[in-house]
Amino acid sequence: MATIPDSRRRPTAPPIRLSLGDPFVRSVVYQVLVVGVVALVIWYLVSNTMANLEARKIASGFGFLGREAGFAILQSLIDYAPTNTYLHALVVGVLNTLLVAIIGIILATILGTLIGIGRLSRNWLIARLCSAYVEGLRNIPLAVQLFFWYAMITENLPATRQALHPLPGVYLSQRGLVVPVPVYDPAHLWVIGALILGVIASIAVGRWARRRQAATGQPFPTLWVSLALIIGLPLIGFVAAGAPLELDRPELRGFNFRGGVTLIPEFVALLLGLVIYTASYIAEIVRSGILAVSHGQTEAALALGLRRSLALRLVILPQALRVIVPPLISQYLNLTKNSSLAILVGYPDIVSVANTTLNQTGQAIEGIGMIMAVFLTISLTISGVLNWYNKKIALVER
Amino acid sequence: MTDVAAGKPIPGLMQSRAAQWVRANLFSSWLNTAITLVIAYFLIKVLVAVLSWALFNAVWTVENNNTQACRAVQGMGACWAVIAEKYRFILFGTYPYEQQWRELAAIVTFIALYGISAMRRFWSLRLLYVWIAGLVLIGVVMWGGVFGLPVVETDRWGGLVITLILATFGIAVAFPIGVLLALGRRSDMPAIKTLSVVYIEAIRGVPLVSLLFMASVMLPLFLPEGVNINKLLRAQVAMIMFASAYLAEVVRGGLQAIPKGQYEAASALGLSYWQKTGLIILPQALRLVIPPLVNTFIGLFKDTSLVVIIGIYDLLDAAKTTVNTDPEWRGFGVEAYLFVSIIYFIFCFAMSKYSQHVEADLARARRR
Amino acid sequence: MPSATAPARSPAGPMIELRHVNKWYAEFHVLRDINLNVTRGEKIVICGPSGSGKSTMIRCINRLEEHQQGQIIVEGVELTGDVRNIDAVRREVGMVFQQFNLFPHLTVLENLTLAPIWVRKMPKREAEEMAMSYLNRVHIPEQAKKYPGQLSGGQQQRVAIARSLCMKPKIMLFDEPTSALDPEMVKEVLDVMIELAHEGMTMLCVTHEMGFARAVADTVIFMDRGEIVESDRPSEFFSHPKSDRTKLFLSQILGH
Repeated sequence: MATIPDSRRRPTAPPIRLSLGDPFVRSVVYQVLVVGVVALVIWYLVSNTMANLEARKIASGFGFLGREAGFAILQSLIDYAPTNTYLHALVVGVLNTLLVAIIGIILATILGTLIGIGRLSRNWLIARLCSAYVEGLRNIPLAVQLFFWYAMITENLPATRQALHPLPGVYLSQRGLVVPVPVYDPAHLWVIGALILGVIASIAVGRWARRRQAATGQPFPTLWVSLALIIGLPLIGFVAAGAPLELDRPELRGFNFRGGVTLIPEFVALLLGLVIYTASYIAEIVRSGILAVSHGQTEAALALGLRRSLALRLVILPQALRVIVPPLISQYLNLTKNSSLAILVGYPDIVSVANTTLNQTGQAIEGIGMIMAVFLTISLTISGVLNWYNKKIALVER
Repeated sequence: MTDVAAGKPIPGLMQSRAAQWVRANLFSSWLNTAITLVIAYFLIKVLVAVLSWALFNAVWTVENNNTQACRAVQGMGACWAVIAEKYRFILFGTYPYEQQWRELAAIVTFIALYGISAMRRFWSLRLLYVWIAGLVLIGVVMWGGVFGLPVVETDRWGGLVITLILATFGIAVAFPIGVLLALGRRSDMPAIKTLSVVYIEAIRGVPLVSLLFMASVMLPLFLPEGVNINKLLRAQVAMIMFASAYLAEVVRGGLQAIPKGQYEAASALGLSYWQKTGLIILPQALRLVIPPLVNTFIGLFKDTSLVVIIGIYDLLDAAKTTVNTDPEWRGFGVEAYLFVSIIYFIFCFAMSKYSQHVEADLARARRR
Repeated sequence: MPSATAPARSPAGPMIELRHVNKWYAEFHVLRDINLNVTRGEKIVICGPSGSGKSTMIRCINRLEEHQQGQIIVEGVELTGDVRNIDAVRREVGMVFQQFNLFPHLTVLENLTLAPIWVRKMPKREAEEMAMSYLNRVHIPEQAKKYPGQLSGGQQQRVAIARSLCMKPKIMLFDEPTSALDPEMVKEVLDVMIELAHEGMTMLCVTHEMGFARAVADTVIFMDRGEIVESDRPSEFFSHPKSDRTKLFLSQILGH
């Protein structure tokens, strides 16, 4: 890193000129030096590693992926058995990571938005509670919170036999959360079809309404009609098919539950921790986004005769969102990366599956390489989205 | 929205200030009153439940590690006896029991160093010497071997002091690296810029957990045979790699905030790149980024808790060990983790209040 | 048009009436027993030291601020907590702010057409044609596609005036429209305001531009500590101020 560029270089001047003048030569020399040192260090590390691997008789390569994994995984979205391959196990891990990250992002956004708006409430009690939430939970490490929630569930909740029963069909115990799920019926496909149709129809209505307003000036209650379409169409389909809602209700059989879907305590603890922790950051982002829109903007909109709801929709939200969205997306990235703490509570995400794999096979470099590759892919995807958004905003602004 | 309808007499003239405040902030409209009442109802219910668990039904001490009394109330009352009995283990880990005052001394020294650094009137080069002296003192006290102190190997160090060491040394070593990376990223030499960008983005794109794994599993492979570095140092390397990428981005933010005129003025005076950077740009840029630097430090402080994954005996790992391995105390995790939470909270909250304070100061200075 | 907006009085009656208006911020008495009648086409300039309540008073007229005692009647509609009355008044009363308050995420043209489209329910093309005609009147039709951030302060303020005019208001309120401008831009904004005055617009204008007051005002009002201290024709106001407070104020802003 030790580079001593020439004193005559100015930051505003183009770095490379056509003539092989003094600054250019120097610049090349320094760069070659730095790159050379970095390459040397890397070569040194790689050669050591090769020697070490040889000494320990570890063959590098991804051949192990096809071998039988031999370990069980607590939760799997696709069929998995210990007799499946390591590759299969790793896919299960990736899916588990994505599952907890996606659900976590949705819930953290909802909770964070509510708390962020709550901090701005005119009601003192709400504002104070929301502030206390943010100040309290941001300042305790996520790892501690995860341990806490896991201990809370596994130690302080009752055993399955005395499971808490807050809603019909819902059981909460040391073994996790058990909820009923609908039994599959062909009519459900029709309901999903109607839902898709509703979404398409409301997009069409939105376009038509915009064109009509541009032509005649008459606004159209797009929001309500869209909601009616999106909720109403599937509902009609559902009732028309005879409302086949047979729930697979969980029942206590012996020491365990039969039926329904069980959310394992590891999943519940990880999700709770990620959502509660990330929401405290999202709340601050939402709050400062709203505060960033000056009061004058609201006043100007009202003075023009816009109703409060219209002023919010046309003037305040579009401006607040520009401030909110970029940091919000990086919080999503943080949540996803933080889901790697799954290993602390034993949730089988990609990190813990890869960790088990590398412990069994000794393929440390490949295992860690794969963890990093998975997260880098997710990170680069998300920052790609962020760049696209920023560019889009910049275009509109200027 | 309409707090006081037009034409009504003015409340301020007939009600006391307190009553006025309560009305404006809690009962300003029917909706607001309803919300206040509903929240107050649930708040009181939760408070009663928490208080009866934490205070009224709690078990404070037990005799001879006999946790029968605790087990009897589990789920209804807290077992603070686990803290009363095990706080020394949680705070100091496996450091020799008679020597634990040395860890306490190290912790106090750390806190004193933080305190001094927070005060603006001590901001000078002398602070650097104070830090070096302080860290040497901590090293001597922790290792021993002189002044009749028995030697204590690092694998016996544990508890809060590990958290402080990892965070402090992590930021101290990562800081200069971060500054170089930030300068590299803004350099107009393509190779240097590319290297900096790749390093920063790669580290920021992966979770700390994977870096810790890398340090604990792969670092031994990277080094020539026979060279063995201890676990604590490996974790420290991972923390430094991690922190330097984040610090680089913070510093870059500061560099970007410096107006172009400053660069031009410095160039016009005939200063070289390093003179310009060291004398004009960095002093201004770093001052601007003090609040985000403190926030990065808070983040790193919290992230040290992740070393639990590779089995370093920090504060969190000590608590975990207490409630996972000791058969008598197994299953009192909620109490132990609450205790640990409070310690982390005190440190982080103090630092975040400090950073908000500095931020407000900076904003005021800018307005002037 | 709904009945609430229909003028209930003859054109000769006052367009705006303030009767015994009082307002407090907590303990602070910002408006003390304000009485004011504004007739159609009248131009009123309001001046006074900062914190004297002049901005608060005109902001009460379109209810950006609420008064607590007394009556404010605009075009026969009394301002109460009733949202429909507030909407009706705001449609008829335009306002120009010290800080322009253009919407930074919309182009100049979109700033102008927003309220006509959403409040007046005007077809888009019609709204745009009207907006262009007002941009012509404030002499910046070429800036229509730009964003507010790309304009100078004077241009922004002229856009803000055009934005208010697009709602075809019967009354215009100006809240220190030139205070945030660089000196060389003040004139271009004042010129637009003078043209507007000559066209017969009813105007209430908080400003310290005494040249403007002399040129167009029918009445100059001096406010201090929440009260209307003096109200007179400009010729009288400037040559024979009656109260000592007015004299002191005039000597401060004119004397240099």
